[in-house]
Amino acid sequence: MSNGNLPEQIVFRIRRFAPGRDKEPVWKEYPIAYEVGMTVLDGLWKVKETIDPTLAWRASCRMGVCGSCGMLINGKAGLGCNTQIAELGTAVVTVAPLANFPIVRDLVPDLRPLFDAHTALSPYIIRADTAEQEEPTREYYQSAEQMEAYLQFSYCIKCACCMAACPTCATDPVYSGPVALAQAHRYNTDTRDDGFEVRKEVLADEVGPWRCHFAGECSRVCPKGVDPAKAIQLMKRQLVADALGLRKKPPLAQPVEKPEGIERRPGIPEAPPPTV
Amino acid sequence: MRDQKLWTWHLAAGAIILFLLGLHMAIMHLDALLGIFNPAGGHPIDWANVVARGQSMAFTMNYILLLGAALFHGLYGLRNILFELDPAPPLKKALSWVLILVGVGLFIFGTWAAWVGHQVASIT
Repeated sequence: MSNGNLPEQIVFRIRRFAPGRDKEPVWKEYPIAYEVGMTVLDGLWKVKETIDPTLAWRASCRMGVCGSCGMLINGKAGLGCNTQIAELGTAVVTVAPLANFPIVRDLVPDLRPLFDAHTALSPYIIRADTAEQEEPTREYYQSAEQMEAYLQFSYCIKCACCMAACPTCATDPVYSGPVALAQAHRYNTDTRDDGFEVRKEVLADEVGPWRCHFAGECSRVCPKGVDPAKAIQLMKRQLVADALGLRKKPPLAQPVEKPEGIERRPGIPEAPPPTV
Repeated sequence: MRDQKLWTWHLAAGAIILFLLGLHMAIMHLDALLGIFNPAGGHPIDWANVVARGQSMAFTMNYILLLGAALFHGLYGLRNILFELDPAPPLKKALSWVLILVGVGLFIFGTWAAWVGHQVASIT
């Protein structure tokens, strides 16, 4: 089956590299038959199954959820599973591993720098009432407006496309990068969280948002529509206000009591008991 | 903590530059509106007006403040650019000290020049 804009045969031009075996990366070309609806990830599978079984990449969900198949596609960072070859509009599809990371093999980047930076910024809810968190008895109240303040940043799937596009990450290994900083902002903005001071210990130092030049490439390439560049600017504003003693600490969300005297509508099942 | 404070000062210096440089531009180019800064009348760069502004302690302080803000803002920005070239930690430290010494040296020299200018204008 052919597509009106693409020939029946397309060529995958893939950057191959096996550290320890190869001295430097090489480009190899693999002609495959194009099928309507084919994604870049489908094309890679086809190359592996029909031409070269040694080709390596990382993928899992194939539906833009897990964030495993981040790669440079025609020079732009994106998810292989999310990118239709027809959308690219080129008969030659160039695929390379994500930039700004060491390479494990072929299209597999070593994402440890990302996860180290992410872990260092405590990307989870921090608050004093640990007993309530461990064994929740009630729910923390949060208004729709309060949730809206951080919601888009919680869509991040840590695919590292933003890190590969970031010009600061390309030159400065100390910089935490858009993933970790956007997630730190996501938790700093969450009214259930009280961990600003803990994260500030890291953010206020050299690894923090200070080297971001607001190039905006992170936001441009994000396959989930997250705007990490905005998160970083908001974080700078928050930290500057804090340094000047002007930061307004929002009231911490408190557990709400279960309403009393309300009849449950018939036919609505109870929420299942906590499993964790 | 250090970078958070340095960045805050960087922004504050930028705001000071914006205000003082704006004031300078207004005095130089909106003299029809801001005639009080040109008591000798005529053009703002007439020597008599330059001397009159030099006699003013407020102007002298403004020059010194603008010099300090511009030096800090510019040299901190330069430090950021140099640090993005990923120098080794000892070189980072050395660069910071060089920039601090250059900044302090230029500030002392500029302050001395502004103060001497004020003294000379006062006896003119």
